[in-house]
Amino acid sequence: MAEPKGHIVGEHAEHTVMLYALSTCIWCRKTRQLLEDEKVTYDYLYVDLLEGEERQAAEREVRQWNPATSFPTLVIDGADCIVGFKPDAIRERLGL
Amino acid sequence: MSTRPVITAEQIDALYDRLDREARAGGYNLNPEVEFTRGLVEGLLVNEARYGYWACPCRLAAGHREQDLDIICPCDYRDPDLEDYGACYCALYVSDAVVRGEQPLHSIPDRRPPAEQRAVPPAGPQHEEEFVGFTRSGMPVWRCKVCGYLCARPQPPLKCPICKADQDRFERFL
Repeated sequence: MAEPKGHIVGEHAEHTVMLYALSTCIWCRKTRQLLEDEKVTYDYLYVDLLEGEERQAAEREVRQWNPATSFPTLVIDGADCIVGFKPDAIRERLGL
Repeated sequence: MSTRPVITAEQIDALYDRLDREARAGGYNLNPEVEFTRGLVEGLLVNEARYGYWACPCRLAAGHREQDLDIICPCDYRDPDLEDYGACYCALYVSDAVVRGEQPLHSIPDRRPPAEQRAVPPAGPQHEEEFVGFTRSGMPVWRCKVCGYLCARPQPPLKCPICKADQDRFERFL
């Protein structure tokens, strides 16, 4: 079963990478798979598995970056946001 | 913290077969990438277990049917997304061109308006007074918000005969 949040340690830790995702979303799963395949160090949060205040806080965080609050929302270095599964854009931003 | 229900392979097979059959009957296609599609079917079953309805696996559900009506699969946005992108937001449903391999698939923008722009209409027949005497038979006309099917009868059907959407996905058209 999916854990609601986690920190994955890979070989590439040059960037701070935060993945906001849904546990049922295939495009989120593909995004996570890409980060795994590329051995990126990242944090993830399955917003649908959170409840109450924790979930509201997560939704607010996502909305700051992506007003549509859609998933996956990938925030890199607390500066840039990539919405949707966009492998080329993700690789480019992470220098992979 | 909510737990994610465990879904068996048999449950996924059964719903996959049903959705595939119903899609073909209505002139739609499930995504032919079977593993991808099975993953989405699993998401539908997870959402059925935790919310009681097939909330879109790729969108954040509120968990209250009346707030999630537009994203119950098949969602209100499927057909326009098939038209514009060859796939629904999840890519559970795809166009003929995608099935034939003539159109590539990728993640598409969400057509659903943000929460503050979504009005939640009251359930069931509404604004009765605005519609009095519109049709010659005196019968109201109901429109399926998923596929556009129209029918004239006292109440909408329990299930849309075209796309199988539930009764509460209908709006009064005339």
